[in-house]
Amino acid sequence: MIDVINLKKDFNHVQVLKDINVTVNKGDIMVVLGPSGSGKSTFLRCLNCMEDPTGGSIIFNGVDIADMKVDINIHRRHMGMVFQHFNLFNNKTVIQNIMMAPVHVKCQELSQAKRKNFVTKVKNVFSSQKKELLPITTTKAQIREEAKVQALDLLKRIGLEDKADVYPSTLSGGQKQRVAIVRSLAMNPDVILFDEPTSALDPEMVGEVLDLMKALAKEGMTMIIVTHEMGFAKEVANRILFMDEGRILEDSTPKEFFENPKTPRAKEFLSKVLS
Amino acid sequence: MGNFEQKINKFMEIFLEQNGYVKVVEGLQNTLMIAVVGLIVGILIGTLIATVRVLPKYKRLPRILNGICSFYVALFRGTPMVVQLLVFYYVLLPIMGIRTSGEVVAMAVFGLNSGAYISEIMRSGIQSVDAGQLEAGRAVGLSFSVSMVKIVIPQAVKNILPTLGNEFISLIKETSIVSFVGAADLYVAFSYIGSNSYEFMVPYLVMALIYIVLVLIISLLVKLLERSLKKSDRRN
Repeated sequence: MIDVINLKKDFNHVQVLKDINVTVNKGDIMVVLGPSGSGKSTFLRCLNCMEDPTGGSIIFNGVDIADMKVDINIHRRHMGMVFQHFNLFNNKTVIQNIMMAPVHVKCQELSQAKRKNFVTKVKNVFSSQKKELLPITTTKAQIREEAKVQALDLLKRIGLEDKADVYPSTLSGGQKQRVAIVRSLAMNPDVILFDEPTSALDPEMVGEVLDLMKALAKEGMTMIIVTHEMGFAKEVANRILFMDEGRILEDSTPKEFFENPKTPRAKEFLSKVLS
Repeated sequence: MGNFEQKINKFMEIFLEQNGYVKVVEGLQNTLMIAVVGLIVGILIGTLIATVRVLPKYKRLPRILNGICSFYVALFRGTPMVVQLLVFYYVLLPIMGIRTSGEVVAMAVFGLNSGAYISEIMRSGIQSVDAGQLEAGRAVGLSFSVSMVKIVIPQAVKNILPTLGNEFISLIKETSIVSFVGAADLYVAFSYIGSNSYEFMVPYLVMALIYIVLVLIISLLVKLLERSLKKSDRRN
């Protein structure tokens, strides 16, 4: 689903990513491990072009999204992202947070269709060939209503439907992160990128977030996860990427990686984090 | 103390009987007009400049615009307002062949000057919103402008509004220099009273009082505004 080819990223002439090549398949649950400064977060952020790659290509659903000419906004809608610091919209209530992107995108498409229809109608008056109008089946109110139903469903799923109309600042860290995850789900993405989703949480709240991620994994969601949760990586992932100094050193199954790492660097890393 | 009473009597005489109050009311009007118009023009210019300054700078056009805007801000923050007034009135306008009143020049200069300051207020207000907010907007597929308008700017306004109130206060106080270009503000009105009575103590004291009352009223309004903004924070 995602083909990363020769991905490079420089920050002020410091090479952070050096020639990354990897293919993510549908249904993969890929955990990216590595010491800090190894480029894992940069790699993840390059995948949806939050950081523009310096070189190489990222083929997502057949389109090279690293190309600056591509309208990245359209492709990001199929790629959820969950941040370390949640980044819920502080000026929106929980349910508005979830509804915002779907409503905006669908309303935008609706007004585009209306505009096109208007142009065709005007053209039809003057030309003998009558063109057909685009079918318009919804209204803005309807879009909003549907998004609300969907958002409430998502909130029910994480047991926070009573928090629908509160602002994010009243939620606990774990609640915020779960809302952030369902916010990305609201766009029905093909893949979700997790950037250290549990690193900013109280230890007590890590479990609830990991449980939700496990549930998603079971449903077959494609996920790419940067994390330090070794237990989670062992239990849920079907692939482990081990990165160091901007390169992928290992790409293997969790069993193989944890029991039988090939590179000395991975062995050293595991001996430090598992001790 | 008899001396002071005499001075007050003299002041009241000119103030009430020789049309002194008309001058004061006119001066107050001009002072407020210059400050209000200056603020409005300043907000317009400031919004424009702040927009340019927070745009992403991948392409050449935003970079050029950004250069122009930084030059503008440096120019207007780097020279005293009196100098700006004088340059406008005695250098630029004659060169361009425009004749206009001191009040209009003062409004224009106050607008241009506060535009530079307000652009910085807005820029820092926008940049003080956590960068993650914009990122989250972009990550769900909203464009830069939509994320800015719907997510970042509503949060930035809370930081910006109280500071704009303070900018208005400093504009009101700064208007006391517009007599340099012949605009009739409060200072001119009270100088008139003073020179007609050969007595400056009371007129200038009253002038100071008027300024203080003006500023106190506005800072009270700013405080109320701040409190109502915070209230919505608590509800958040």
